[in-house]
Amino acid sequence: MRDLFYDLVRRNGMAVAIYLMLAVSVWVFLLIILPQLTMLDYSFRFNLPPAKIGGPEDVYTIEQFKYFFQGGGSSGGFNALDIGILFKTLFSAVFVTVFDLIICYPVAFILAKSSSGAKARLLVLALIVPYWINEILRAFAFRILFGSTGVINEVGMGLGLFDSPIDFIREDVALYAGLAYAYILLMIFPLYNAIESLDSNQIEAAQDMGASWWQVHAKVVIPYAKPGIASGMTMVFMLTSGALAAPQILGGPSNLWFTQLVYQWFNSGGNWPRGSAYAMILLLVCITLVLLTMRIFKVSIGEIKR
Amino acid sequence: MTKEISLEHVWVEFGEFTAVQKANLNIAGGEFFSFLGPSGCGKTTLLRCISGFQDPTRGVVRIGGNDMKGVGPNKRPTALIFQNLALFPLRSIADNIAFPLEVRGVDKKTRRKRADELLELIALPGQGDKKVSELSGGQKQRVAIARALAVEPDILLLDEPLSALDLKLRQHMRTELRAIQKQVGLTFIYITHDQGEALTMSDRIAVMNKGKVEQIGNGRTIYDHPTSSFVASFVGENNVMDGTVLTNDGKMMTIDAGLGAAFKVENHPAGGPALAPGDVCQLFVRPEALHLAKDDSGINQFESKFVSEEFEGNMRHIVLDAQGKKLKLSLINDGTNAIRANAPVKLDFAPNLGIALKPGELASA
Repeated sequence: MRDLFYDLVRRNGMAVAIYLMLAVSVWVFLLIILPQLTMLDYSFRFNLPPAKIGGPEDVYTIEQFKYFFQGGGSSGGFNALDIGILFKTLFSAVFVTVFDLIICYPVAFILAKSSSGAKARLLVLALIVPYWINEILRAFAFRILFGSTGVINEVGMGLGLFDSPIDFIREDVALYAGLAYAYILLMIFPLYNAIESLDSNQIEAAQDMGASWWQVHAKVVIPYAKPGIASGMTMVFMLTSGALAAPQILGGPSNLWFTQLVYQWFNSGGNWPRGSAYAMILLLVCITLVLLTMRIFKVSIGEIKR
Repeated sequence: MTKEISLEHVWVEFGEFTAVQKANLNIAGGEFFSFLGPSGCGKTTLLRCISGFQDPTRGVVRIGGNDMKGVGPNKRPTALIFQNLALFPLRSIADNIAFPLEVRGVDKKTRRKRADELLELIALPGQGDKKVSELSGGQKQRVAIARALAVEPDILLLDEPLSALDLKLRQHMRTELRAIQKQVGLTFIYITHDQGEALTMSDRIAVMNKGKVEQIGNGRTIYDHPTSSFVASFVGENNVMDGTVLTNDGKMMTIDAGLGAAFKVENHPAGGPALAPGDVCQLFVRPEALHLAKDDSGINQFESKFVSEEFEGNMRHIVLDAQGKKLKLSLINDGTNAIRANAPVKLDFAPNLGIALKPGELASA
């Protein structure tokens, strides 16, 4: 920490160094650590009316976490509903992440290796422009697109692909499509950065030595781009599992996202401690999953920041 | 096994720009063949045509008699060594060398055995488990060669592989490359802008300029008997004088270069374009072909003034002025040949060492 500060002073001068250190400290402490600590504190408390807060009944408890596992019934029960929703959320988030990787890898590769200068900039712009539109508006656009009288159903029926409109909302197609679309850029750019720095001669060398195109990718490009892949997948997974707008708007009637549970406890349920506990559970499970996956694929955190 | 390569009227065009013009040549199996030329002359494009990364716009590339059209780089019996070597940094040395075997589905044990054999060949035994970054420049060079040889290609293509090395290592690698080529007996096609590399290693050299092959021949022919002004000025150093042909009897020409009496110059033995009396020409005399005249009896004698000297240790390069024309004279530093500043210097040169050619484009310095 002190070395870092001296390094900053040496490079940028005292004023800039102090500003940087202060700005980063405020950001990290005030906007990240402090709210999370408050949430953590909340999650270990009872849901008391304002009058009793700070009183003798305001003690630490694991009641809220117990509820997640055992439900509201008698002790020894099993909260299959909430646990089920958590697993379904995680599973869906993994699915969306892998799906994003599959559709983004070719785009990132072409962007990085096959297109030049002006064409690449135009492509990047085309990717970014849709994100100037608000996330909620985009979700609604998907709802319209996938609705029973939406473009997809109209075209499908017009072409005679199916007779009656398909309920894409109930089938969760709209939700997966919306989520996959929402974080595509966060997958493309880390991939692009990683692949772009790969020496094109290595690709040609591999081809020259007899590698087929998929061997070039499997043995040269993907191993090289692994940190970028890990970084993109982590971001997409974390944001997808933590998404709220898309599941609210595009989710089928029978399908709850775990964040919607958190939202319900905070909002309509009026139970902030339980909401905090649920949020903590989601955060913890997601981080564990990410770290575990990184370990399996032998990527270190240090590599990701490249 | 080696295969002959033939380029038949190969053209490569990128839009308006012509990178290679009508390249027409044969490279024999087992030959060390170099393409020599300044950057942007089309030599790398030609190499990419042979390796399969570039399709000729017109013409045919044949390897071992077979038309290579539509055959991808991964299906050709060629191995390319890149200018920056393109070793895989995430793989060990042995895995780098065995990569061509790995993509062909050879099992791990056989792969390792072959890698160890090749490490033996390039004098790096037992280094297979090291990382690429742990090797020196010359060692990486040899690993790249071993990797290219792993699947026993018929032809090895080398794209300026020595340009990143320092001078001493470069000179050492020249000898080593030539030795490896002799040992494995493969066809080597070598791309370079360094005439020293081309001259020392090659059986034959093709000198290229602006997409055109200007001359093909062995080093001695290229250096002693260039057939175009570009080759004469690009390969080695040369003094060039503008002149007019006075007579030409088929064996000997007389040329007026405006430096006193007409020069006697032998007609071109390599069969360059014929010059007739009255033609303007460029007369080339190499710095080492110029000679300090001992008396007035020498042939092709003329006077000049000392301007300056560059001292290179073994050689002394003296810049002279002959009636406003700057000339360079190279002398072996043997302790004699005292040249005094501002004194007139009498020079001569032998008729067989002067080369008269039709005026053409000169290589820019």
